[in-house]
Amino acid sequence: MSILVSADTQILIQGITGREAATFAQESIAYGAKVVAGVTPGKGGTRAGPVPVFDTVAQAQAQFRLDASVISVPAPFVKDAALEALAHGIRLVVIITERVPRHDVVFILEEAAQTGARVIGPNSLGLIVPGETRVGMCGGSASAARRAYTRGRVAVLSRSGGMTTEIASLLTMAGLGQSVAVSLGGDPIIGSTYLDLLPLLEADPQTDALVLFAEPGGVMEEQLAEHLMQCPTRLRVAAFVAGRFAERMQGVRFGHAGSIVEGTRGSPQRKIERLTAAGVRVAQKLSEIPQLLSVDS
Amino acid sequence: MRLLEFEAKQLLSDVGIEVPREALVSSPAEAEAYARGLGVPVVVKAQVPAGGRMKAGGVLFASTPADAASAARTLLGATIRGYPVEQVAVQERIEAATAVYLAATLDAAARRAVVLASLEGGIEIETSASVIRQVFSLRQPYPPFRARELASRLLSGQAVPLAPLAQIIQAVVGWFQAHSALLVEVNPLLLTREGRWVAVDAHIELDEDAAFRQRDLVARFGLAGRGERRRTLLEQRAAEIDGADHRGVAGRVVEFDGDLALLIGGGGASLTIFDAVLDAGGKPANYCELGGNPSVWKVAELTKLLLSKPGVTRLAVIMNVVNNTRVDLVARGVIKGILETGRDPSHVIAVFRIPGSWEEEGMKILRRYGVRAFGRELSLNEAAERANEGGVT
Repeated sequence: MSILVSADTQILIQGITGREAATFAQESIAYGAKVVAGVTPGKGGTRAGPVPVFDTVAQAQAQFRLDASVISVPAPFVKDAALEALAHGIRLVVIITERVPRHDVVFILEEAAQTGARVIGPNSLGLIVPGETRVGMCGGSASAARRAYTRGRVAVLSRSGGMTTEIASLLTMAGLGQSVAVSLGGDPIIGSTYLDLLPLLEADPQTDALVLFAEPGGVMEEQLAEHLMQCPTRLRVAAFVAGRFAERMQGVRFGHAGSIVEGTRGSPQRKIERLTAAGVRVAQKLSEIPQLLSVDS
Repeated sequence: MRLLEFEAKQLLSDVGIEVPREALVSSPAEAEAYARGLGVPVVVKAQVPAGGRMKAGGVLFASTPADAASAARTLLGATIRGYPVEQVAVQERIEAATAVYLAATLDAAARRAVVLASLEGGIEIETSASVIRQVFSLRQPYPPFRARELASRLLSGQAVPLAPLAQIIQAVVGWFQAHSALLVEVNPLLLTREGRWVAVDAHIELDEDAAFRQRDLVARFGLAGRGERRRTLLEQRAAEIDGADHRGVAGRVVEFDGDLALLIGGGGASLTIFDAVLDAGGKPANYCELGGNPSVWKVAELTKLLLSKPGVTRLAVIMNVVNNTRVDLVARGVIKGILETGRDPSHVIAVFRIPGSWEEEGMKILRRYGVRAFGRELSLNEAAERANEGGVT
């Protein structure tokens, strides 16, 4: 047991007959995940590999307990698919699709707040509890995922899908396994931020440390830093903030409303300063992360 | 996608919000004629898709038609905030005592839709402390009572009727919701001496990812491709290569002044790898992001493209531990691309580091050409250091 999911988590994949989804469904099963059903409207009654496909979530739910859904449908249909999952009480919704209209994302998150469900993404690879289950496509093929991710006590929260696996692999090579790794999603508005997941990790007896991968823009890092200033965490926290060069190479300007809402928002340098002030060990180089987690450093 | 001021105001006018009398012109003579027809002092405003036009000298006041002509002469052909001015709007000047700032937008931190309003409308609104912020739900139409509540808070203590302002708030938020917009901003919204509200300036930002719902707007204003930075020849060619084959994604291509070409993982990985290369003292000539599972052809074409830049002698291929990219296909593509330029892969490849599926096959291919490939045993930082060590692999 880690956070959010366990080896018993029964997974639905909405859009399972798509090329990408069909592949990660098969590989997830090979990894040990319980992918029990898929939904593609119009393809009900068929199978995607070993997985039965239904027209609606309601039909799938009549046959299976569904704990989590992975949404991998074209962007215009994401909102409806997510609302369908939420309407049927699914507690964890992972949105893989990118370029989802931002109004749709806010709509989905408002609805999820009503039903008490958690959303990861959009533009996320999903999450993985090494050796137990995977919801989404972290790590690619089952064998590649087994190689990069190993069971252990470090949680990884990353705004970049690709870097989720890179960091897990870096930790694995240093002998540090992971309790969970979550690809939070690369969009400006996402269902779960570092701060949203922090309380779960703090309550998780399997987790001792946390690695964050941050990117420029937004205020997720600043929000977390502010929280950590008020409420120190028992977890050892290390972070890497990518994109310091972007600061030097392109002038980013924000309109009135953006400035009012977010203030002087997130340049990498500012994120590094805030996180450091909050007691987070910020790596200058990505490869320093394992040593920053060691107790004596 | 940012609309021009003139376009934004047309759209607000369509939903019943009064805007100044104005015309879009592209010559001083037209500006003069229109100002003469109006018979009142005017403002001449550069129509460029950027904020801060006033500070950048893109907004000029003219008391006479001759002044309007000279203002237009100054602006047309000038560059404001990096955009050449092709058209200016000549609009009647509105005198007013009250200037309101009004906007509907998404608050990314709160992950909610909000209306922002202030009685201190004008150009310095970012620093104003008096902004009222009202959260509203996107799951239902914005209720009229919320507009009245906001209007009454904004106008509290003022002898100004509530209903006209509430109607404008309703219209602005309604438009924002109906078009999945990122921002609809009226600044300033002026109250004239006769008691009419006039939207003097407006800014609408559409969500490119919701453009499929806005085909009418895209067609009406010719929005396709607007707001994109003008592409360099290198970027154009990369986009062509990307478009010719759906497998894999060639992302951003950017050019610099160095001698090292970079073919690197996309998104967060590209930021990390680029930082690592700079940290290690590297001098990039250009970079191309690679993602998904690209074909050999695509990788070969991108490799040739990066190497075609004069002065480029070496290529570093660095990716994160990949989730679905096949290492052997990238290896084949890189070798093919280099051979087709008539060069020796073992001289050109400064470092090749991609851990992931089909890694061993990829290494075998590279070894055949005298190139040592690396997997995860070489960190991204070490790969970046190797890339800068002079091309000996």
